[in-house]
Amino acid sequence: MADHTFEERIPTVIADELHIVYRVNGAKAGKGSATAALSRILKRGEERGVRKVHAVKGVSFVAYRGEAIGLIGSNGSGKSTLLRAIAGLLPAEKGKVYTDGQPSLLGVNAALMNDLTGERNVILGGLAMGMTREQIKERYEEIVEFSGINEKGDFITLPMRTYSSGMAARLRFSIAAAKDHDVLMIDEALATGDRKFQKRSEERIRELRTEAGTVFLVSHNNKSIRDTCNRVLWLERGELRMDGPTDEVLKEYEKFTGK
Amino acid sequence: MSETTHDGSVAVSAPVPPDEGLTAARLAEKYGLTVSGARPSLVEYVRQLWDRRHFILAFSRAKLTAQYSQAKLGQLWQVVTPLLNAAVYFFIFGVILEADRGMSREVYIPFLVTGVFVFTFTQSSVMAGVRAISGNLGLVRALHFPRASLPVSFALQQLQQLLASMIVLFAVTAAFGSYPDLSWALIVPVLVLQFAFNTGLALIMARAGSKTPDLAQLMPFVMRTWMYASGVMFSIPIMLEDKPAWMASVLQWNPAAIYMDLMRFALIDGYGSENLPDHVWAAAGGWALLVAVGGFVYFWKAEERYGRG
Repeated sequence: MADHTFEERIPTVIADELHIVYRVNGAKAGKGSATAALSRILKRGEERGVRKVHAVKGVSFVAYRGEAIGLIGSNGSGKSTLLRAIAGLLPAEKGKVYTDGQPSLLGVNAALMNDLTGERNVILGGLAMGMTREQIKERYEEIVEFSGINEKGDFITLPMRTYSSGMAARLRFSIAAAKDHDVLMIDEALATGDRKFQKRSEERIRELRTEAGTVFLVSHNNKSIRDTCNRVLWLERGELRMDGPTDEVLKEYEKFTGK
Repeated sequence: MSETTHDGSVAVSAPVPPDEGLTAARLAEKYGLTVSGARPSLVEYVRQLWDRRHFILAFSRAKLTAQYSQAKLGQLWQVVTPLLNAAVYFFIFGVILEADRGMSREVYIPFLVTGVFVFTFTQSSVMAGVRAISGNLGLVRALHFPRASLPVSFALQQLQQLLASMIVLFAVTAAFGSYPDLSWALIVPVLVLQFAFNTGLALIMARAGSKTPDLAQLMPFVMRTWMYASGVMFSIPIMLEDKPAWMASVLQWNPAAIYMDLMRFALIDGYGSENLPDHVWAAAGGWALLVAVGGFVYFWKAEERYGRG
């Protein structure tokens, strides 16, 4: 009977005993000289010269529609890796991730080119995210205005390498945030820029959240997790240490970090 | 998965799901979830790639623009680089080694320049292909798109580069007495076939290069050997006259030599069909089809693995 008190909860992301292993070429301990490399090749053994980094170790959880899930944990605990695996961008070593539709990572940095004008980067970034030309045309003005690039003059027609780092970050965020997503994942480091822009981008993230089915947020800022998330996953050394309502997990986490 | 793994996951997850007791796989099935990052079917993959055609084109154009944007002469280098190459080869092979045997200078210079331009097209497609995935891991790990977009886009960039330098090629041929005529229309099918061949090759190299980035160091030597063996700066049948006949046949039937010869046949008046091997169009089409389709399938087979480590 108790089950009837639940509203129907529709899972959007299921992670089942997920393991992620990175392989790094040429990072094996040893001298970096050519002879050392040669002796590594000659030495027998499994995968010579390749070092494995076990970033996520057997994580399982189910995320439901309408949830906003915070991912916390110290640096290098596997938060961003987990996000990429959910998005299907990093292949799983073992285990599986099931998703509803195509989750997308909020970020477009890698597709942009510093030598191109801001204008062309808006188009290129939009296309890279899978928007159609018409959608980009429709949103172009909005993106440029949101970024505030043109407040100081006609910067959008200049190559991105001439931008200050703050301006470039603002344009990148504006392009990334222009698309609607079913399952949205945000690495909070994205929201950079001056105070005024930070406020604007926080607002945009909240907007995206209401449009998206499920939101994942990686952040080191406990306040913004408390403000936006109703559930928190705490990762430590690639393992899921705790999973529960925001207040409970954050209390334990703050005890752990000694705040 | 088994019941035990599911129980293990329940122990850490605080909210009790109403679908308690279902394994992850069953739960996923019930709500129609699919495995994230799974490889689509070949037909679906082609459709996805077609949907991304605007991105592929925009990316190739962007790369082309960005390539020389720091240089003072800018896009001019697109044309100047192969011309300088041709000049060096002319000096070494034409003047010093006299590799122009059997050809008048009016034929040899356009012959050499055409060869250099056409071979550079294949060469740079291969080199760009090797680094298409391994050099763009950031992009592969951040965004979703059929990964074949990258090698295809790089091959397309090389095609645009060749088209731009074609104007210079026309000028050179015209300067040595071969004027535009009906046979110049053959340029179009030759370019289409060579582009298909190059794209297939770029796809193959992209998969190989993503697994073994060392290929980027090795390929320049392979490509140089291929260039010298394909008769870029000499006529194969004339230079190999006193060697066994099969050698000349093998060299002449290699795809790079075939596309070069067809382009020369189209452009140069003094370069007649007697210089072409038998069934040359069938060979050109066969190579293009084989490598394009084979390369595409080979690349698709590893689609879900690009981006790992």
